Amino acid sequence: MIPLEHFCLLSAFLFCAGIYGALTRRNAIGILISIELILNAANINLVAFNKYLGTNDGLGQAPTVPSGQVFALFVVAIAAAASVVGLVLIIAIYRHAKSLFTEGFHLMKE
Amino acid sequence: MHIAHYIPLFPFLAFVINIFVGRRLKIGSAYLAVGTCVLSFLCSLKVWQGFLQGERSYSLGTWLLIQGKPLDFGIIVDPLTIMMLLIVSFIGTFILIYSIGYMHDDPRFSRYFAYISLFMASMLGLVLADNFILLLIFWEGVGLCSYFLIAFWHERPAAAKAGIKAFVTTRIGDTGFLVGMLLLFFTTGTFHFSDFQFLRGPEPVLTLAAILIFAGAIGKSAQFPLHVWLPDAMEGPTPISALIHAATMVAAGVYLVARCFPLFAAHPAALQTVAVIGGISALMAATIAVVNNDIKRVLAYSTISQLGLMMLGLGVGGLSAGTFHLMTHAFFKALLFLCAGSIIHAVGIQDIRQMGGLFSKMKVTSVTFCIGALALAGVPPFAGFWSKDEILLTAWNNHHPVLFAVALLTSLLTSFYMARLIFLVLFGKPRSELHAHESPAVMTIPLVVLSVFAALAGFIGSPLKEATGAYEGSQVMMLASTMVSLTGLGLAYLIYIRQMALPQSLLMSCQGLKQLLLNKYYIDEIYEVVLVKPILRLCQGSFSFDMKIVDGLVNGVANVTQFCSGVLRRTQTGLVQNYLLVQVFGVVLLIMWLLKI
Repeated sequence: MIPLEHFCLLSAFLFCAGIYGALTRRNAIGILISIELILNAANINLVAFNKYLGTNDGLGQAPTVPSGQVFALFVVAIAAAASVVGLVLIIAIYRHAKSLFTEGFHLMKE
Repeated sequence: MHIAHYIPLFPFLAFVINIFVGRRLKIGSAYLAVGTCVLSFLCSLKVWQGFLQGERSYSLGTWLLIQGKPLDFGIIVDPLTIMMLLIVSFIGTFILIYSIGYMHDDPRFSRYFAYISLFMASMLGLVLADNFILLLIFWEGVGLCSYFLIAFWHERPAAAKAGIKAFVTTRIGDTGFLVGMLLLFFTTGTFHFSDFQFLRGPEPVLTLAAILIFAGAIGKSAQFPLHVWLPDAMEGPTPISALIHAATMVAAGVYLVARCFPLFAAHPAALQTVAVIGGISALMAATIAVVNNDIKRVLAYSTISQLGLMMLGLGVGGLSAGTFHLMTHAFFKALLFLCAGSIIHAVGIQDIRQMGGLFSKMKVTSVTFCIGALALAGVPPFAGFWSKDEILLTAWNNHHPVLFAVALLTSLLTSFYMARLIFLVLFGKPRSELHAHESPAVMTIPLVVLSVFAALAGFIGSPLKEATGAYEGSQVMMLASTMVSLTGLGLAYLIYIRQMALPQSLLMSCQGLKQLLLNKYYIDEIYEVVLVKPILRLCQGSFSFDMKIVDGLVNGVANVTQFCSGVLRRTQTGLVQNYLLVQVFGVVLLIMWLLKI
C-alpha cells in the first residue's frame, strides 16, 4: 500500500506548482489552470485522508461514510462552475482590452 | 408745535433720492440738495421763533430701556443747538450753491450731493440729540461722510490715503469717547445731557470720564495730538474743506465740550486739560501755518489753531466765548475756504509761492478773501475780533495768565500768516504764468453773502456782552488785541510787500526753526516711527503667525494624511497576482503561528 506521505507530497507538489503558476503566469487562462491545480491538490488530500483515517497509524476513527470522496466531488463540481465564471470574465476582459496579460488589467488602480 | 426733528430729515431725503436716482437727475440732484437744505434752514428759523415763544426740549418717545431706565429719542431745543442749526443749515446752503459751480464737470456730481446731504442730515441730527447714544450715531455719521468726501477723488492715491488717515485718527479719539461715555453711564446711570447738572459720583472717575469724552472731541476737532488728519483732509474738494473741515464737523468737538460743559465745569482737572490741549493746538498749528506754502493747508492749520482757541476759551470757563468764536469762525473760515477754492478753480495750482497779483483779475473773490482774512486776523470791526476778544478776556479774568499769553501770541501769528497769505496771493507781481479769471456767479454770490456775515456776525455777540456787564476792562483788552492784530499785519506787510532787509535776514538766521515748522514739528514722522511702524510690524507678525502656525497646523494635518495615503496607495497595485502573493504569505505566516514554529 502506498504510504500516506506519498499522497501528501504529491498534493503539496501540486499545490506549490499551482501557487507558483498563479503567481507567475501572465496569461489569465494559465492562472485559471493553476487554480485548478490548487483545487485538485486539495482533492487528493481529501481522498487520501478519507482512506487512511482509522488505520493503524493512529489518525483517529475511520469515517463511516466516504465523506472525503463526496467533498472531492463537490470541489470538482464547484471548480467547474468557478472555471465557467472565470472564463466568462476572461472573455469579457479580452473583448475590452484585446489582451489576456494580467499587467494590462489595472482598471481599479487610480 | 414740535418741528425740530424734521430738520435733519429733509437732507436725509435728498441723500436717499440722490444716492439711488441721482445719476438720472443730473443737475437736479444739486437743486434737490440745495432745496432740502433751505427747507432745513427755514425749519431752524421756525424752531428759533418757537424757542423765543417758550418752546423747549421734547422727546419723541422712549427708544430703549437700559437697566430699567428709559433712553429717549430726545430733541434738544436750546440756544446752543439753535445756533448750531442755523450755522450748519445757513452755511451749508451757500456751500451747496457754490458746489454747483465748483463741481460742475465732475463725473460723480450727483454722488457728491448725495454724500453732502447725508452729512447735513448727520450734522443737524448731531446738534439735536439730547443723549450720548443718539449723538454717537450722528457723530459717526459725520465721520463717515467726512471719509467719503475727503476720499471723493479716490483715483488720487493721496486722497484715498488722506481719507483713511482721517478715519483712523478720529477713530482713536472716538474710542476714548465711547469708553468715557460708558464710564459715565456706569457711574451715574445717565446718558442724557440734561442730567449733567446733577451728577453725583466719585470725583476721579468722573474726571477721567470727562477727559475721555474730551478725547473724542480731540479727534473730531483735530486737536493736538490727533490733529494730523486735518491738513491731509485738504485733498478733498474745496467746498468740503469749507463745510466739513472748517465750519461744521470739526466744530462738533467744540460743540460736544460745550454740550457737556456742566460736567467739565464741575471737574477742574478736566477743564484744565481742555484748556491746555486747546492752547497747545492753537499755538502749534499757528506756527506751522506761518511757513506753509499750500493755500488750503495754511487755512487747515489755521482751522486747527482756531479750534484750539475755542477749546481754550471753553477750558478757561468761557462757555459763551468758545461757542461765540465757533459761530464767527464758521462764517469766516467757510468764506476763506470758498475763496481759496475760487482761486484754485481759476489758476489750477495751490502753491502760494507761484501766485501773486490776483487782485486785479479776481475782484470779487479778492475783496471777500480780504474780508475773511481780516475777520480771522481779528481786526475790528470784523467778526473774529469780537469773539477772539471775548476768549482773551475770559482767560484774563479767570486768572490764566499763561493761557492768555498763548492766546495772544496765537492772535499775533494768526494775523501774520493771514496777511502773508493775502500779500503773496493777491498782491505783488505774478510769480508764474497764471491765466486767472473770475469765477461764475454761482460761486461768487455765496462768497458775497458769507463775507457780509463774516464782517457783521460779531455784532450779535458784542452788544450782549455789554449788556451783561460781566466783563471788566474790556476796552483795554480790545485795544490790546487790536494792537496785536495790526502788529501781525504790519510785520507781514514789511516782509512780503516792502521786502525789507532786516526781517528777511532775521528769517534767514533761523533756518533750523523754519525747517522744524516746515516739517510740522515732525509729528507725522514721530507717529510713523512710534506708532505706525510697530503696529504694522505687530500686524505682520500676527499675519505670519496665522499663515505659518495656524494655517500650518491645518495644512500639516492634511499633508500628513496625504503622505500616509500616498505610501499606502502603493499597496493597491491593481494587479491581482500581487494580492494573491500577499495572501499566500499571509496564510503561510498564519500557519506558522498556529503550529508555533
